Order: sequence, then structure tokens, then C-alpha cells
Amino acid sequence: MTELALTSPRVLSSRRVLSGALAVGALAAIPTIASPFQTITICYGLVFAIAALGFNLLLGYTGLLSFGHSAYFGTGAYVVALLVKYLGVASMELFVVAGILGSAAVAALFGVVCVRYTRIFFGILTLALSQVLWSLALKLFWVTGGSDGLRVPTPTLLGGLGGPGADKVEFIAHRYYYYVLILFLVATAGMWVIVNSPFGKALQAIRDNETRAEFVGVQVWKYRWIAFVISGAFTGLAGALWVPLNGLTTPDILYWPFSGRIVFFTVLGGFRTFIGPIVGAIAYNYLETYAVGFTVYWQLVLGIVLVLLVLTMPTGLVGTAMQLVERVRRGR
Amino acid sequence: MSLLETKAVTKTFGANRAVDAVDFTVRAGELLALIGSNGAGKTTLVNLISGLLRADEGTILFAGKDVTRQTVNQRIRAGIARSFQLVNLFDGLSAVDNIALTIFARQGKTRSLATLAARDQAVAEEAMLILKEFGLAPKAPTLAGGLSQGERKLLDVAVAYALRPKLLFLDEPTSGVSTREKAPIMDVVTSIVRSGNITAVVIEHDMDIVFRYSDRIVAMHQGAILADGTPEEIRRNEQVTTTLIGTGETR
Amino acid sequence: MDTLLTQILNSLFYASILFLIASGLSLVYGVMRIVNMAHGNLYAIGAYVAAWTIGLASTELHVSLLFVLLVTGALAAALAGALIEPAFLRPLYRRAEEYQLLMTFGLLLVLEDVMRLLWGPHPLTASALSDALGSISVLGATYPAYNIFVIVIGALAAVGLGAFVYRTRFGVMLRATSQDMRMASALGINVKRVYVQAFTLGCLMAGLGGAVVMPISGAVLGMGVDALILAFVVVVIGGLGSLEGALVGALIVGFVRTLGITYFAEVELAVLYLIAAVVLFVRPAGLFGRA
Ligand SMILES: Nc1ncnc2c1ncn2[C@@H]1O[C@H](COP(=O)(O)OP(=O)(O)O)[C@@H](O)[C@H]1O
Ligand SMILES: [Mg+2]
Repeated sequence: MTELALTSPRVLSSRRVLSGALAVGALAAIPTIASPFQTITICYGLVFAIAALGFNLLLGYTGLLSFGHSAYFGTGAYVVALLVKYLGVASMELFVVAGILGSAAVAALFGVVCVRYTRIFFGILTLALSQVLWSLALKLFWVTGGSDGLRVPTPTLLGGLGGPGADKVEFIAHRYYYYVLILFLVATAGMWVIVNSPFGKALQAIRDNETRAEFVGVQVWKYRWIAFVISGAFTGLAGALWVPLNGLTTPDILYWPFSGRIVFFTVLGGFRTFIGPIVGAIAYNYLETYAVGFTVYWQLVLGIVLVLLVLTMPTGLVGTAMQLVERVRRGR
Repeated sequence: MSLLETKAVTKTFGANRAVDAVDFTVRAGELLALIGSNGAGKTTLVNLISGLLRADEGTILFAGKDVTRQTVNQRIRAGIARSFQLVNLFDGLSAVDNIALTIFARQGKTRSLATLAARDQAVAEEAMLILKEFGLAPKAPTLAGGLSQGERKLLDVAVAYALRPKLLFLDEPTSGVSTREKAPIMDVVTSIVRSGNITAVVIEHDMDIVFRYSDRIVAMHQGAILADGTPEEIRRNEQVTTTLIGTGETR
Repeated sequence: MDTLLTQILNSLFYASILFLIASGLSLVYGVMRIVNMAHGNLYAIGAYVAAWTIGLASTELHVSLLFVLLVTGALAAALAGALIEPAFLRPLYRRAEEYQLLMTFGLLLVLEDVMRLLWGPHPLTASALSDALGSISVLGATYPAYNIFVIVIGALAAVGLGAFVYRTRFGVMLRATSQDMRMASALGINVKRVYVQAFTLGCLMAGLGGAVVMPISGAVLGMGVDALILAFVVVVIGGLGSLEGALVGALIVGFVRTLGITYFAEVELAVLYLIAAVVLFVRPAGLFGRA
């Protein structure tokens, strides 16, 4: 019955499964073949990739450009830091669950307001609300540490591994890396199912034509809201995974330029493809890491990359690569 | 028996009475043509019945129930579907996915996040069947945005039909396509009305098409109903011929 | 009642600066439908260039002439605008608005570091200007005369911009283009030229804002990023694209900030953002915007 199968170019083909398996294998081998510095850089990239997957559920699949995703990343991070500060929690599993729940709750609240609008109004609303959290994190210093932020010690994984006192670099470049990798794979698989589910199709329908979606019986605001909450939860998971890596959370990750960064790496990879945001996040993180190490004018480097990207490669790295492959194939 | 009945529905835009105390009835099983010059209020009437706009006054009864205050979604569930004057499709989805999504929505399956849409064989088969009925089967994998204007018009009707409505409103399904492409569209519409228990209201400007395909014709003018009758009666109605047909109202 | 008067004057001072930034942002959005994320950086450019030229000339010229040099900040920002629009924005008008937003975000990053490159990481200032005027007594309260000067500049700018947009031929073209770009083009208006002029004018206003605030708060890295969000709050409250809205929004934000600093310093910014969110939620077009 292959003829009757719904066409969906994104559904698993054996070639896709194979290249996916190769990529996972390569990622799993990194701590054994690369330096700790490289491994940690990739680890940051994977964390940002989770955030980008969440963000792109809104941009690529629902057609909503959020300029306030720092709010959910930051909520994930601050929930962890506050658990450490007030409850002395050290369990990474608790951090992950709390980070997801906390950011989902914030997204549920903000989402009610935001999903009624689209385009630039949606962007500015998400931005304004994220800045409420930023200013609170900055000003309520007796709770949040103000601009100094809050420190987060090395957590314990699965109830026993790691924990305070372990050698930090060694811990992060090995055990924590695999922890992040597994959650990244789970998040990727989960998001892949979501975007290919009937619900995911409904989101794409809303993206393409809101009015018509309403008239085939998709309740637009409700679906957008659910997408918003899921998006926030993924981004919050990324925030929770990011704090132990960074060892510190400051209001900077709630400030709006960080939201801009999430947009940046998603578009860098290409928001019209599923893996674009993942590639973009990892590539961006490399770019930023090296630009920062190379010059104090790293923002200039990133800015020029972004300007060139918008002017010459609007479909991003993955989109452009796909076009090239297509052209080569046709050429033969 | 009347499937739909509006009583004195009114919609004004500022001082413009776009639909002015209209009593409009649709009988079960018929193919009704709604005609009238541009700005007569046809689209607005359909907007009121389908729930895109709220009526200022009057009531709308569908299958005996008052739907005047119902949401779009409630009306769809009750069995009212529509297409739009300008093509309204999900351009980033393939032709078959446009239909499949509609079936998922109809069956309440769009709430499912954890199953793969492509794995639903029953929906896939139904979607392909509908595409075949509309002669679009070869275009199943093509993105809706990449179809020709005629194909898009057909798919637009097919999407509304995939809701399996009792009453289907088609707002100018043949506008903007070549004369040659008009007949196939109307043939499909006629065949779905004759074969199933669907009632259709078609807004149409081409009087040849109207006289050839419709069971009954309602003519609107300046927000009010000017005439209502069989094609024969309308053809002989001087008021209609002078205000509509006589003025060369075929685009 | 000195403090009350001081508070009012402080609010008007804030409002003047905010109006100078926000009116440009709103003008650009109104005409071109672009939200310029780099707008705050043009404000910062105004501050840096004014501080720089005044610093160079301070030993040679009399203080009163230094005031005239504030204009260089505005002109520099306008020049930057006149270059940015044709080079970076014009290629994007047919593209989805995500790209326009991202482009201006990229320009923000670039401009931020260009200023660091040109003027170094340390703040520049020219407090000679504010010191020169000293304080004056207003209805019994002593108040820095320079702040009054800024308030006057803000008021003049509001009147001038209003007259420009509502009384001149160029204003007519501007409004026609903002109503309906295609129609304006069909009527023979050179839309390309109107765009570059509107963008330049918007940047000029921002640059002027940066120049006049500089003797008080200095030219500091990051000032543009901070200012942009406050300008957003202003235009969201007043209505994106509306000049009257920018004025009223600036006054509201100015007064709320002053109140906030006195009575609820911790949540002052949060309150402002919440006001913006509530206005946007209840009236997405803002208090004065078209729906
Ligand atoms: N959303 C609207 N706002 C204002 N006026 C409208 C709107 N929709 C339709 N109208 C006006 O209502 C009248 C009827 O329009 P419409 O129902 O589209 O006519 P038709 O479909 O018969 O050509 C026209 O005068 C039109 O300008
Ligand atoms: Mg019509």
C-alpha cells in the first residue's frame, strides 16, 4: 500500500535512519576522541539545540516568531539555581523535571496572552513579557543574586554519579556530556514525533493559513497555546541542562539579546527543516566560542555573519546544503 | 424540508447594509446557485452562516437548531462547511496532506501529539479517495502552493468536502480559471451532491454554468433577495435579467 | 512641594529622551513596517559622536559653541541611517518580516562593536555642558538647567516633527506611503526615496536623543540595547506607527519611571513591561494606533 501512504518527505526513509545513526555514533564517540574543551563545546551546542528545537516548533511549524524565548531558557536555569539555593537539591533528575515544569508553567501563563496575536505583535508581546522576568531577576537581588546571579555546583546524576567535589572538567566532558546527549536524543525524537503527528500537521496548517485552519475545525488559539507551552518546556529543559555546565546563571540569559541569539541560530541552520535548528545551534556555538576566543569584537563577527546569512543564505545552512545537493543531482 | 433557514439576518458595515434582513432557505439535497453582482452581499451572507462574521440581527436555523450564536467550530461539527472566494489552502502541505489534515480535524485526531500522521492508513486511504474523486490523485505529493490555479480551486473544494458536511458553501469555485476548467469543477460538485447526502450552495457569476447545473437560483441585489426560483423562472424574471444578466454580469 | 515639582521635571526629562528615540522608531515602522532593532544603537551613535566631537573641540571652543556640536551626534546617526537603508534593508522588502527583524538584529550586533572599536570600552562624556548651565530655580525648586534644556529640545522636536509630518509636502508623501505603499507608488510617489528619507529622519531623531542625553549619562556601551526596549514600551503603549502615540507613550513611561524609582524601585521595570503587555493585549494597536 505504499501508494496510499501519506506523502511526508520527513518521514523515516532508510537513508535517513542510516545518516541519523551515523550522527548519533559520532556524537557518542566525541568524549573519547576529542579534547575536553571540544567535548564541552559540543555539549553546549547540544543544549542550545534543544532550545532551538523548542523555539522552532513555533517559528518553523506554527509561523510565530518569538523574541522572548530567553524567558523560558532563563526560567529553566533559575528554577535549578533556586532549588540549589533554597532546598539544597543536587539531583539532576529533579533539576530537569523542575526546569521543564517551571518553564511550561511560565509559558502557559504568557502564552494565554501571546497566542491571540501573530507577526510583529506576537514578537513584541513575547519580548515585553520576557523582560518582566529579566527585570525581576535583576532587581530582586536578595532572591536571585541580582546581576551577580546564582552559582550552581556540580549536580549528582542518577542519584550517585558526580556530585559536589568531583573534578568538574572531567565530570562535564564525560558523564555530564552523555547525560546531555541522551536527553538531547530523547528531545529530538519527541519533537520529531510531535511535528509529524496530526497535531503537528494542524500547527503547519495554522502557519500556512489561519482562517482556513479555523474552517476545517482546528481551534487556532488553543493549538497555538499548546505549541507555545511545549516550546517553552523544551527551551526550559535546555536552560536546566545549561546551568550545571555554566556553573552560574545571571540575568543575561533572560535579557532580550539572548532571545535574539536563539532566533539567530535557528535561522542559521534553517527554520524550514527539522534538523536545521540543531545544526544551527551547534554551528553557532562553535562560531561564538571561537569568535570570543579570537577577538573582543566577537559581536561584530556574529553580526556580519547574520547580515550575510540574511542577504545570501535565507534558507540557512541545511536549506542551502539541500539546494546544492539537489542541483548536483539534477546536473548529472 | 428546509435544511437551513435564515430569518431577517442583517449585517451592516458602518452605514452599508451588506446583508439586509435576509430570509434565505436551503432545501436538503439541492444544488442552489446564489447569484448577484459584485457587492450584492453574497459572500457576507455566507460569512454570517458559516460563523466568520456575527449577525447584527436575525436568526440562523440549521437542521432545526438555532446556530446564530455558535462558534465556527460548533457549526462545522453541526455540518456546515465552506470554501473561500480566493483560494485558501495550506500551501506548505502536500495536496494529500491538505485533505488528511481536514480528516484528522473532523475525527478529532489533531489532538494526538504522539502518533505519526503518516501511519494512519484509514485516513490516508480516505484522503486518496477524495483526491481521486476530484481528479487530483496524480498531484497527491505536490505541495499545494505548487499546484496550478485550476487544481488549487479543485483542492479548495475538496478540503471543504473532506469535512463530510451536510451543507457545503462554495464561494465562486470557478472564478479565476479558464472556461475550459470550469465544467470539470462543476461536474465534481454536481456528482458529490447527487451521490451523497450533501446539499450545496454555489456562488457563481457565469450564468451559463448557473443555468446548466443548479436546481434552484437565488438572486441577491444590494443586500436583499431579489428573486428565488427554478432556472426556468429566473430566466424569465425580468427584474433579474435587467439588473443582473442584462448588465452583462458575467466575468 | 519642591519634590513634587522636581519629580514632574524629571518625568518630563525622561519623556523628552524617550520621545526622541521612540518617535523615530515609530516613524520607521509606520512608513516601512520594519521594527528596527538597531534603532537603539543609532541613539548610542548620537551620544558617542557628540561626546567625541565635543571632546576634541572642548579646549578650543567656548562652551556655548560646544552646544552646537551636539548636532553632530544627530547628523552622524542620520548619515548611518542613510547608508543602512539602501544597503541592508532595501533588498529585504519582499521577504518575510522575520528576515527584516533578523537583519536589524545583525546590524545591532555590528554597530555595538563598531562603537567599541572606535571609542574603546570606556564611557565618554562631556559633562562640561551640563556643568556650564548650573542650576536654576523653578518656582522655588532648584533644578539642573541642562535638564530643562533637554525638555525644551524634546518639546521643540515634538512640535517640529508634527509640523513636518502634517504640514509639509514631504509629510503628505510620508503619510500616503504609510497608508498604502502600492497606492502611493501608483500615484507617482517615489517610494524608494520616501523610505530612505523616513529611515534617515528616524535615525536623526534617535541620534539627537543620544546627543542630548550624553552630557548627563555619558556615552556607554549597551546604552542602545537598554534604550531600545524602553522605546518599544513607549511605542507599544502609544501605538506602533503613531507620532501622537509616541508622545503620549513617552509621557506615560516618563512619569511611571519617576514614580517607580521613588516608590517601587525593585519592580519599576517589570511594571513598565507589564503595562506594555497589558496595552498590547487589550488594544494591540496601542492607544493611538490604527487597527
Ligand atoms: N469586512 C468588511 N468590511 C466592510 N465592508 C465590507 C466587508 N465585507 C464586505 N463589505 C461590503 O459589503 C458589501 C457586500 O460585499 P460582499 O458580501 O463581499 O459581496 P459579494 O460577495 O456579493 O460580491 C460590499 O459593499 C462590501 O464592500
Ligand atoms: Mg463575494
